[in-house]
Formats: sequence, C-alpha cells, structure tokens
Amino acid sequence: MGLLSDPVRRRAIARFILRLNTPLCVLSYVAGIAWFLALVFPPLTQRTYMSENAMGSTMVEEQFVGGDRARNFARDFAAHRRKSGSLPVAWLERSMRSVGLEVYTQSFYRKLPFPDETHERYMVSGTNVYGILRAPRAASTESLVLTVPCGPDSTNSQAVGLLLALAAHFRGQIYWAKDIIFLVTEHDLLGTEAWLEAYHDINVTGIQSSPLQGRAGAIQAAVALELSSDVVTSLDVTVEGLNGQLPNLDLLNLFQTFCQKGGLLCTLQGKASGRPHGPHGLFLRYRVEALTLRGINSFRQYKYDLVAVGKALEGMFRKLNHLLERLHQSFFFYLLPALSRFVSIGLYMPAAGFLLLVLGLKALELWMQLHEAGGNPEEAGKAPGPGSPPLAPQGVGLASLMAPLLISQAMGLALYVLPVLGQHIAAQHFPVAEAEAVVLTLLAIYVAGLALPHNTHRVVSSQVPDRGWMALKLVALIYLALQLGCIALTNFSLGFLLAATMVPAAALTKPHGPRPLYAALLVVTSPAVTLLGSLFLWRELQEVPLSLAEGWQLFLTALAQGVLEHYTYGALLFPILALGLYPCWLLFWNVLFWK
Amino acid sequence: MLADDMACNARNPKPATVFSHKNMELNVYGDDVEVDYRSYEVTVENFLRVLTGRVPPSTPRSKRLLSDDRSNILIYMTGHGGNGFLKFQDSEEITNIELADAFEQMWQKRRYNELLFIIDTCQGASMYERFYSPNIMALASSQVGEDSLSHQPDPAIGVHLMDRYTFYVLEFLEEINPASQTNMNDLFQVCPKSLCVSTPGHRTDLFQRDPKHVLITDFFGSVRKVEITAETISLQRDPQAVESRYSSQLLHG
Repeated sequence: MGLLSDPVRRRAIARFILRLNTPLCVLSYVAGIAWFLALVFPPLTQRTYMSENAMGSTMVEEQFVGGDRARNFARDFAAHRRKSGSLPVAWLERSMRSVGLEVYTQSFYRKLPFPDETHERYMVSGTNVYGILRAPRAASTESLVLTVPCGPDSTNSQAVGLLLALAAHFRGQIYWAKDIIFLVTEHDLLGTEAWLEAYHDINVTGIQSSPLQGRAGAIQAAVALELSSDVVTSLDVTVEGLNGQLPNLDLLNLFQTFCQKGGLLCTLQGKASGRPHGPHGLFLRYRVEALTLRGINSFRQYKYDLVAVGKALEGMFRKLNHLLERLHQSFFFYLLPALSRFVSIGLYMPAAGFLLLVLGLKALELWMQLHEAGGNPEEAGKAPGPGSPPLAPQGVGLASLMAPLLISQAMGLALYVLPVLGQHIAAQHFPVAEAEAVVLTLLAIYVAGLALPHNTHRVVSSQVPDRGWMALKLVALIYLALQLGCIALTNFSLGFLLAATMVPAAALTKPHGPRPLYAALLVVTSPAVTLLGSLFLWRELQEVPLSLAEGWQLFLTALAQGVLEHYTYGALLFPILALGLYPCWLLFWNVLFWK
Repeated sequence: MLADDMACNARNPKPATVFSHKNMELNVYGDDVEVDYRSYEVTVENFLRVLTGRVPPSTPRSKRLLSDDRSNILIYMTGHGGNGFLKFQDSEEITNIELADAFEQMWQKRRYNELLFIIDTCQGASMYERFYSPNIMALASSQVGEDSLSHQPDPAIGVHLMDRYTFYVLEFLEEINPASQTNMNDLFQVCPKSLCVSTPGHRTDLFQRDPKHVLITDFFGSVRKVEITAETISLQRDPQAVESRYSSQLLHG
C-alpha cells in the first residue's frame, strides 16, 4: 500500500508532523531568509551574457558626432519651453521636419480621479509629438522607439536635443530595416500611456486621446531617455516596470555591452513597489522590451558629454536593427544584484517557496488537528496536503466560516471603492482637499476593519469554539499562501517582502496565549505598516533619513500615488492590497480575537 | 540556391554587394552571379529534384540541372549543420543519407561524369561519410565534433562576413585562371588547422582518377575540353536539294 493511503503509516506521518511542526516551521523560515541573502553569492548568480544570436558579439563602429548640434537643439528647446510654458509643439514639429522625419501630433486629455498633489495636476491635457524615420528599403513592418518624456517639472531639454541630433544622424544612413519613431511626450507617463493606447488601438485606462495619424509597424523595442545636464558622470538604467514586469534580459545585456565598449559608467536602480519608474514601464505591458536611461551628473571627476551618450544609443539601435524576431532568447524573470550579474527564476523562487512552506506546514498541522479532534482519523482516500481544498470540517457549520470571510472581503471592497467614490462627500463635510480626503478615508476604513472582530461574533453562533478558529485559520493560511505565491511570481521583490513580514505573524496567530503581543505583531506586519516601515528603510538606505512627521507625510503621499497610479496606468498594487491581502489579514485578526 | 538575400537585405549598407572582407576588395555578388532558386524556393525537396532531374515539366531551363554523362558537377553547400545533417530555412534538414542516395540516383541516370562536393558547415565531414557512388570527390571544412568558425567581422555592418574555410578557398581560387595546372592536392592543403581552427577533411576513395592528376579547372571556371583536330571534314550538300528549297522560299516570300 502506498505511503499516504496506508492508515497506519499516515497516522505515523501525522504524529511526526504534529510533533515537529514548530521546529520545521522555524527551520523553513530561516532557510527562506538565508536563501534570499545568499542570492548575491557566486553559485546562485551568473554573469550576464548575450543570448540572442542576431545581436551577437560583433560590435559596430559608431559614427555619431552631433554633440554640438544636440546642444543647440537643447538650448532652443529650453528657450521655447520657457516662453510657452508647456511643450513647444510647433517648434518640435518644425525641427523634426527639418531633420527629415514624418511628423505627427496627438492630443490627449485625462481627468484624474482626484487631484494629484505631488505633480499638482487634476485635469491634464497635453500633446505628444512624434516623428517617424521610415526604413529606406524595408516594408515598415517593425519599428523601434526612442522616447523622451517631458513633464512640467522635469526639464529634459538635453534629451530632446540628443533625440533630434540622433534623428538627423540616423536619417542619413541607409541600413535601417525597421522604422524608428522619435517620440516626445508631455506630462511624463500620462502622455506615454496615451500614445501607447492610441498606437495599439485600445483603451484600458480611460484616457481620451485623438487617434494617431501615422503608424510604423509592430514595436520591437523602446528606449526612454532622461537627461538634465550637458555632461553626465554616469548612466542609470531602470528595468522594473509596471507591476514589476521586466524586459527581456538581452536588452539590458545590450546596454551593458555598449557601456563597456564606450567606457561609460553605468548603474542600476530598482525597487519593489510595482510603480512604472519610467516610460519603459508602460511599454512592457504591450510586450515591447524597453529600458529607461537616466543621465546622472554627480561629483565624480570623469564626465562624458552628449556624444558619448549618443554613441551608446546609436550602437544599441544598430544592434536592435539586426533583430529578425522579437527578443525571446533570454530570461523574462530575473533578479539583478548588479548590472552584470543576474539570478534566474529557478534559483530565486526557492526563497519564497521556503517561506510559503511555513504556511503550508501550519495548514497541514491544523488539518490534522481538526481531523483528530473530530474523531475521524480515516478519511475516504483523500491524501491531506497543503494545497488540497478545505473540506468543511465536521461539527462546524459553513455559516461560521462564511461570515468572517464575507465580512472581511466586504471591508476590502469598501477599502477599494469608497475612498475615491466618497471623496467629494468627505471634502464637503471636513475641511480637507480631495486628495487628502481620499487618503484619510483609506486609513479610516483600514482602521475600522480592526474593530470588526467583536462585531463578527455576534453574527456567528459558535457551536464548538475551538474548531471554529482552527478552520478559519486554515482557510486564511491557504488564502494567504495562494496570494503571496501569485505576487511573488510576477513581482518577486514585493512578494518576498510581504511574505517575510506576514508569514511569522500569520503562523503564530491564535486566540490563546499572550493576546496583546500577537495583536501588536499582527498590526506591525499588516500591509500598511509594512509600507510605512519600508519607506523609512528606503530613505535610510539612500542616506536621507526621515523624521517621524516627514515619514508620515511621505506615507500619505505614497498612498495617494498608489491609488492614482491604479486609475491612470492600471497598476495593481492598490487592488491587490485592498481586495486581496487586507481581507486575508483581517481573517487573521478575526482568528486572534475569536471567543 | 540562396535562401537568404544578403545583397538586397535592408541592413546592407552597400546594397547589391556581398564582400568577402571588410576592405571591400572582392564583391562575390558580382555581375556574373545567377541565382536560380531564392528565399522560400530553397527547400530540400527542390534541391533533390534539381539533382535527380525529377522536376515538373513546366520548370524553366534555368531551374534545371542540364547535365549528362559527360558533365562534371560542382556542388558547394554552406550553412548551419551538425553530425549528419544540414539545416534548410530553419525548418527542415537534409541528411547525409538522403544526399548519398540522391547522388546514386544521379549515377544510375547518368547525370554526371565526375562530381566535386564541397561543404562548409559545422561537422561537415559527416555529410560525405555515406557516399557510395563512384567518381565523387568531397571536401569539408571540419571534422565530426568540430565547429567551423567565421572569419573576421566588419564593424561597419556588425556581422561576420564569411566563414574561414570559404574565405581561404576563395583566396586560393582567385589565383586560378583557365590555363592553370593546379591540381586537387593543392586544394586539399588550403586552410590548415592553424588558419581554420577546425581541421578540413576530404574524401577521394570513390574517385577513379588520382587527385594529383585532377585539375582544378575540371570543375571550376567552365573550362571546356577543346580537341584540335588535323583532319578535314567535308560539308557537301546535295545541290538540287539546296535549289528547290531556295525557290520554295522565294514563292512563300
């Protein structure tokens, strides 16, 4: 008889798991954290290498010499920008036409759900200008994009200058097999989103834009450029995009090869928050591999001018020109401890796996306890396991489980829907601006959820109190494990961070024992407090430490930005936290205060 | 048969040319190049049909191999290959067994007198291991288990222009003129391991003549054998037959 279907052996395994459960859980948690910390060391990291044969190892001699022309364009752009106050559309059209591109414009308009305090905008309208360089001897089936985002606060004039100089240089070459689109967007990411939606003829974020008059074929790759000074000391590349999506590693390898070739200092920057850190983040959603390059002017001695940056870009575009298929040879899921080192998904997932194993072991323990307490050790042929669906345990009606589940989920729904819907009512009754109203409503509902456990129990009639909370905890553990697993897959950094904080609290929670201690632990590891804590930690790492008041303000701003980004770009952090993790966390709170 | 059109590729900065070296001295896609099968017409089936002569009746003469039992044939193949196969168009392969059988069919149908087979792929020697028809001489750029490597890159384009073995064979052949007496043993010495990195190989056991008596021009350069004869041949015709034909032409105008 098999190991799991033999009742005698199964009882032995059950006893083993129940006895050693706590040591196993602790070991698993420590293993997960240790594995994560070990990810920076050699056996787990590898040197990056170019996987795409068409982009090969052969480098191309760059011919770009238009540094002066770029600077002149930049100065003109800055002057016209100052004069007009917004993007000088007519000047851009004239310049692009003089360089030899097919020029088109697109206007867009978006009314944000509530005013954006950080960028000081509410009803945003703007114009994108783009020029298409047609491939001389090819059929316009594929294209590459060089985009420069211009916002009211980010003076990106050197990037615009470099874009125009590069366009002039590229126009004189005959070896382009793909069209190249030179795109200048207004209002940063809003403009980029409007352009992308119109280009792909869809509308996912409710932005209103005029249809595009000129198109150039399926976009194979895109590079976004942000430069704010005539000379740079280093180029910073951002890979993480919306919801933690990453471009194909080959694009980063390409950039790194040209950094090495030109002797440029290149750095890497990234975070776990799932925000689109640059226009490239929005391109990734359409499966267009994209990067954002940011020129940084710091206090180092050796400086590079626009020609060096232009040469790197020229080299990248020439190599991308050689592609016959989309980038698909290299990794799509990876971690980057450094620019030339990566960890593939097969090697970093076990870290999250060990953490989630803790939840699985706890769920298994509860399942065993429920069955033993129910006096029914033999079960009809179904092997117990962490992933098996929770059958309703004997003696506890479904009603006692459904009530907390429904109420927590309803609170999550309220957290998701009410702040934005009710902002006007809140603004009328309280002396706050709309944005603040949204954030404060958010916090109010969040805290109100904490008051729930006492209410849930009046609804529920508990027959066998012990089994009630065990069943609820079982469901909550599996729910949490599922969610964290999904989050870790798409955005590993976020998933690991949440798992590392929430797993111990979730595993330890029970109604018996030191209740205030468990309550404090749960509150500290709730998603909102994790966000607050990570903000402080991030600022510490950047060596710009925050005082408590500043930290609180930053926290409120981050909340507002999170909600806004969900509505403007479709970022998923806010819905995941509100509709997924928060109700799950509330279930644990229910378990803790079970009477 | 050219599967990829490099000369007219949009990425070629010098359209309609294919150079062997970045110094751009020798354009191998010159005026005397005729491409009969291009892009998607280059398939294993078409190749074998051309060799064996089993083409549809509507095939134009330029797409047929018009050879008989006095013809010497040169077959040069290059691309990506492995142990016993050569890749066609990223979607199919021709195996060494198929090729050997095709050559045997050619021999049975008396479609060649002598055949020179040159192959430049990775593990090229595996492609001539299975030949069993007489009068075939074969050369390959690398042995089984070896890779054939490319020559130098051209930084103006960003690709390697030619493979090493082909480059050195081309250099060797550029020295040959139609009157040259260079023989096959010299061709076997082209591209030693020090230049080619891989070890070129050859096979002559099926060939009836000694390789040192086989001229390069037997296969290259369209050098035809001209026999000078000292006899006179009378070209007399029946004068009456000439007259009547002439007068009937006058009638018909």
